[in-house]
Formats: sequence, structure tokens, C-alpha cells
Amino acid sequence: MGNCVCVITEFRGGNFRRVSAEAASEGRRIADALGCSLCAVAIGSGTGAKAADLGAYGVDKVYAADDPLLEYYVAETYVPVIAEIVKKCDPSVVILPASVDGKDLGARLAARLDASLAQDCIQISCEGGTIKAKRPIFAGKTLAWCQWEAGSLPIISCRPNVMECLVPMPDKKAEVEKVDVPLPAPRAKVIGLELDTSGKVELTEAGVIVSGGRGMKGPENFAILEELARSLGGAVGASRSAVDAGWRPHSDQIGQTGKVVNPNLYIAAGISGAIQHLAGMGSSKFVVAVNKDPDAPIFSKADLGVVEDLFTFIPALTEEVKKMKSTC
Amino acid sequence: MNIVVLLKQTPDTESVIRIATDGKSIVTDDLKWIINPYDEYAVEVALRLREQHGGTVVILSWGPNRVVESMRTALAMGADSGVLIDDPDLEGADSLGVAKALAAAAKQLNPDIVLCGSRAVDYDLAQRGAMVAEFLQWPHVALAISLECDGSKVSVDRPIEGGKVSLQADLPALVTFGGSHGIWNPRYASLPGIMKAKKKPIDLKKLSDLGLSASECGAQAIKMRITSLEMPPQRAPGRIVEGADAAVKAQAVVRELHEEAKLI
Repeated sequence: MGNCVCVITEFRGGNFRRVSAEAASEGRRIADALGCSLCAVAIGSGTGAKAADLGAYGVDKVYAADDPLLEYYVAETYVPVIAEIVKKCDPSVVILPASVDGKDLGARLAARLDASLAQDCIQISCEGGTIKAKRPIFAGKTLAWCQWEAGSLPIISCRPNVMECLVPMPDKKAEVEKVDVPLPAPRAKVIGLELDTSGKVELTEAGVIVSGGRGMKGPENFAILEELARSLGGAVGASRSAVDAGWRPHSDQIGQTGKVVNPNLYIAAGISGAIQHLAGMGSSKFVVAVNKDPDAPIFSKADLGVVEDLFTFIPALTEEVKKMKSTC
Repeated sequence: MNIVVLLKQTPDTESVIRIATDGKSIVTDDLKWIINPYDEYAVEVALRLREQHGGTVVILSWGPNRVVESMRTALAMGADSGVLIDDPDLEGADSLGVAKALAAAAKQLNPDIVLCGSRAVDYDLAQRGAMVAEFLQWPHVALAISLECDGSKVSVDRPIEGGKVSLQADLPALVTFGGSHGIWNPRYASLPGIMKAKKKPIDLKKLSDLGLSASECGAQAIKMRITSLEMPPQRAPGRIVEGADAAVKAQAVVRELHEEAKLI
């Protein structure tokens, strides 16, 4: 069954999002292992003009569904279009980004195709041609390997920031086929969009995160974390206590009932390290923890621990980072 | 307004998760069970909608008898009745199978709106709501952090990477909830609520009551299974940075990040 690997890309504001390149790169690796071609779905408004560029990440053929009515993701309009394309290219596996929209799309697509979906995967293997996917469960307290029954189509969403991007091959262009699938009359629609134009980095896609907890003592004190994050080109997160106290928006919350993040560098300031928080940041590649209490559980998850008052340490750290950056 | 809430019982988020001897399931003996926090937000919104529009709130759940306790908690918060799909044939079903059963059961209740969490804090499958909506052939809007409903349309805000989008759907529709405890503030059960909940009806259903068979959505119908569990790699023990004061420690940290970890 199946004669290609199919990747579903994400297109916003006239460009493919980085998670699309990650999914395509992973798709290429799986296609090579299976010895088949890699096709991609490019759905959105304006995808036709950019579709060939996906060749840079190893895509052989792109099915482009390009329509102004597809500018924003709405499950009801996207899913039937993508389902038709998937049926047409008859893949051995479908890979998509586990972005906010990707996770929702993957679920409805799976139901429509009567297929099973593994969300938020961090590794895909295909030893002997058998697809398996590894995914965190219980917010990363445990990892599960999933395998599909013979004859059923694996649908796999990949956690952002995990799958390694191929070095882009800008000269390589993919073949493009435009797809005209009649759009259903949607009963759900987008009625507003507010994008943060401050250039704030999304937590789930950030390379560096500076995170604050109850030890921050108040919302105004997050300014020192903002400044440190700025000097490192990162984003600011928060523990549940800081969010519940109303100091930070819920979209900043990291933990089992918030976002699960995996940056290269995670700096925890004034966070004691409740088990739910540790689950949300445990897969960070390098962790620095700052806390006055030498017994704080966060130190058990930290590569470097600093027992210090964060209000003196964080500004000192920012200053050192700036110094280092100016000499590099 | 007929409101149905899909409720999953999950281990408390405080739980330490241990792998069972079979290597592919978790030890459940000593777990404390709670309403999945995201489903609890759905219960709260359902009660607010009933306050606004009248009607009934039915809690629809699945799993073994222990789930009744969590359903009673939702009834004590104020929901009217419950339906529990308690069928050994559904044990071991994958999310596709569970969604088929939930959609069939929801259909029998003839709801105007179905509400549930965007994900459950146990297996983080994050697909139940969208799948049920597809099986019902309804529109759905996911990951709501606000909700308004005039009885014929529902509007929600949904956070996306770098912003938020506002969506509107015609009823009947399904809504899944994101956000946090602080956004939804689910109410606590009152003492009179707890007393009343004991007398509220919970209907037990088998797959056959829903017009389904084990071969359609039970363990024999699964398309994906967990073959093994593993613990995440343990971080090598870290080091406490020594130094006379904060400035010296900051220098040491930056040096380490630059020279050893190559992160700056």
C-alpha cells in the first residue's frame, strides 16, 4: 500500500512556516528510507506561486490548493480538500506539523480518512519498512512508541523545533500540480485575527526561553526577564503560579496544563519546579535554574544551578550576555 | 439548549507515572483520578450556557465504573445527568474508536452544542473533539479561550502562534477548550450540590445500545497501538555554580554557555 510520503505544509502571510520545512525534511528522510517519492500539500491563499520552493527541502511534487477562501485555517474547508489530495497521492504515511492548526487538522483528517493519528511526535523510525513514532505522554513524564496495524495509514504530527531541517537546496524546485477541489460551504468562519507584531517569539518554537515563577513577586518584575530574553533572542514563559496570579497571560504558561517546550536553552527564574512544570520543560536541551532556595526541585532538572537572589542575578546575567555578544 | 459535555477521567496531574511490567502500559494501582482539567473547563462553560439559555447539561463519558466518581463531581457542580459508555469491548480502543462511540452516543442526546477539552492530560492524544465533530458532520472550533453564544451561533477566540484568531460557527457545533484554570475558573461543587448529585441519573450504555459493535470501534478495530513505553532520558546531574557574588556567578554561567554548551 502507498507509493509516496505525503507532507502537509502550513502557509501563513504569504510564506511557508518553518514547521513546514521541518515536516518536509523529516518526510524526505522517511521517503528515502522507504525508497519512495515525497509529495506535499500546499494549501492556503497564494500557495501556487511559492509551491515549487518546497523542492529546497526535498519535496518532489506539490499539490497546491490555492484559493483566497483558504487564507485562514478552518477545519471544515481545509479537511475535505486535503483528504481528496491524500486519497489521490495514496501515501504510505502522512506527516504534518504539530502546530496549533496542524494538530486540529490532523485529528479531523484522520477521522475523515478512518485513519489513526499520533500527535506531537518527536521521532519517526521506519526499520524494515515499518513506521513507528515516538511521542511524549503525560506531558513528557513518559514516552510512547506507537505502531500502526498492517493496512492502515499512519498520520503523524511532528512537534515543532524537534525534527532537524535539511540544509535548503534553493536551486531544487518541486513539480507543482494545481488542485481544484470544490470548497464546501463552511458553517464555521474566521471573523477576526490579531497578530502580535512586536516580533515576539512563539514559546513552542523558541530556541531560548526565560521563564519566571512565583519568585518574581509581581508582574512588573518580568521586565528583567524580558530584557534577558531580548539579549538572547528568546521568549518569556511563566509557571502556572505566575499565570494564576494574573502576572502573565495564559499563553505564556509552561507545564502539563500549558505548553510543552523544548528550547536549546531554558532559564528558570524563581520557579520552584512543581512536577507539572518539570514535565513541560524537561526536554529542554540545556537548563539554567536560579532560585534562592538550594532545595528547590528545579535544581534536579538543571544543568547549571545558581543559588542566588534572582533580582540581583538576572540583571547581572543580562549584562554579561550583552558583553559576550558585543565581543563575539 | 441541549448541552453535552464529553468528559474524560484522567490521573491527577500530581501523579508520578510508572511503567507497568508489560512495558507498554502504566501502573494505575495508586493513582488518584480527576476530571481532565480541560474537560472541567467545558463543564463550567456548559453550566454558564444553561444559566443564560436554559436547557440541560448532560455529561457523556466512557470507561470503567471508577469514572462514575468524576461524573458525580460534574453533576455536583450542577450538570443534570450523565451517560457512561461502560463496555469491556471499548477497552483498548484507539482514539478513533472512542470518538466513534462518543459521536454515536452524543447523537442520541440530540444536542445543540457539544463541549470538551482540547486535550486530556494523560495520553495527550489531542483529537477527540475534532474527530467527534467529523463523525457528527458538524463544524467545530478548537482551543477556545473565550466563548459567546446567542443560541444560534457560537464565537470563540483561539490562540495561534504569534496571535489569536476569532472564529464563529453555526449551531449545532462542537467546541474544544484550551486556556487555563485562571481563564475559566471552574466552580467548586457546593455541599447541597454534592447531596443532589447522588440522586441524579447516570445511564450506562453498551456499544450495542449505540448501534455499534466491537468490530467497528473496539480493541479489535484499532489501527494504532502503543508497542512500548520508555522513561525520558535522565538529565545528567547538574552543577551548582560557585562564586563570591551574583556578578561572579553570572560570568561563570555565560562562560559555560559560550564555551561548553555553545549556546551563546
